[in-house]
Amino acid sequence: MVEAPAGVEGQGFFATSLDSVIGLARANSIWPLPFATSCCGIEFMATMASNYDLARFGSERLSFSPRQADLLMVMGTIAKKMAPVLKHVYEQMAEPRWVISVGACASSGGIFDTYSVLQGIDRVIPVDVYVPGCPPRPEQIIDGIMKIQELVKNESLRRRNQPEYKALLASYGIE
Amino acid sequence: MALTKEITLSRLQDKFGDAILSHDEPYGLLTIEVPADRNLDVIGFLKNESDLAFGYLTDLCAVHMPDQKGREIAVVYHLHSLTNNVRIRIKCWLPESNTEIASATGLYAGANWMERETYDFFGVRFLGHPNLKRILNVDHMEIFPMLKQYPLEDSSREDKDDRFFGR
Repeated sequence: MVEAPAGVEGQGFFATSLDSVIGLARANSIWPLPFATSCCGIEFMATMASNYDLARFGSERLSFSPRQADLLMVMGTIAKKMAPVLKHVYEQMAEPRWVISVGACASSGGIFDTYSVLQGIDRVIPVDVYVPGCPPRPEQIIDGIMKIQELVKNESLRRRNQPEYKALLASYGIE
Repeated sequence: MALTKEITLSRLQDKFGDAILSHDEPYGLLTIEVPADRNLDVIGFLKNESDLAFGYLTDLCAVHMPDQKGREIAVVYHLHSLTNNVRIRIKCWLPESNTEIASATGLYAGANWMERETYDFFGVRFLGHPNLKRILNVDHMEIFPMLKQYPLEDSSREDKDDRFFGR
C-alpha cells in the first residue's frame, strides 16, 4: 500500500490535487524498457527475479515496446555504433518518459575509455538518474528506481510543455 | 606419405624459389614471408595443389610495426590444410605509404569480412574486394584506429584526471 497524498479528509470524502493523485499512480506503475547490453543487464535480471523483486515497486511489467514504456533503463556499454539505435528507441517512447543510466559504462563509458565506445549515454539522450557501480548491486538499481519514483511523483503532469524541458530536448536534437 | 611442414616448405621453395623470402617456425607454426605482389600466387598454389589442399583460411589480419621503415604493415594469412592437419602462416610486408594488396576473396569467400575488418582497423586496401568498407566501427570514423599513431583513448572523455591516468 502507498500512503495517500496530503489533502483534506472528512466524513466520506477526501480532497487533494489531481497532480498528486496522478503522480502517485504513475510512480507506482512504471513500465520499464530494459536496454541491457552487458553485465549490468544480468544484475537487472536478478533485480527482476523473486529475491529482489522489482514488482514490489509496481514495475513487474517489462515493456519491450518503446511505445508503451515509461522508463528507459540503459544497462551496459553502449558502443558508438549503438548510439543512434539508443536515440531512436528513446524517440519512439511516448511522453511522459524517464531514463535511468545503470552502471559505470552507461553513465560515463566506464573502463572502456576507447575510440569505439560512447563515453556516457547523456551524450545522445537526457538522463534522469545515474546508478554508479561496475556492475551495481540489485539494491543500488532499486534505489535508482525509487529515485525515479520520487521524480515521477513530484513532477508537473505536463512536463513536456515546460520551456526548460523543450530546451533540454532541443539541445539533444530531439523533436 | 602424409603431408608435413617440411614437405610443404620444400614444395613452396621448389615452386617459388627466391619468392619465399624467409621461413621460420615460431612455437611450431610454419611461417613464411613472401613479397606482397605474390600473395595470391602462393596462397592459390597452397589451396589448389591436390596434395597440399590448404582449403581453410583460418585468419586474416594485419600488424603495424611503425619502427620498421619501409615495411611497417604486415598482412598475415593463416591457412589450414584440414585433410592433412598442417597449418601455415604467410606474411606480406607493405610500406605505410602504399598499403595495397590483392584481395583473397576470389580464393576464399571467408576472406570477405576478414579483409573488411583489416581495412577497418589498419587501412589496408584490398584490390579486387567486392565491398571494401568498414565493418565494425562507425561509418563516419576518420582514422584507422589500430595504427599506432592514433591514441587508444577517446579524446572526448572528461572525468579522467591526467595526473592519475598517465595521459
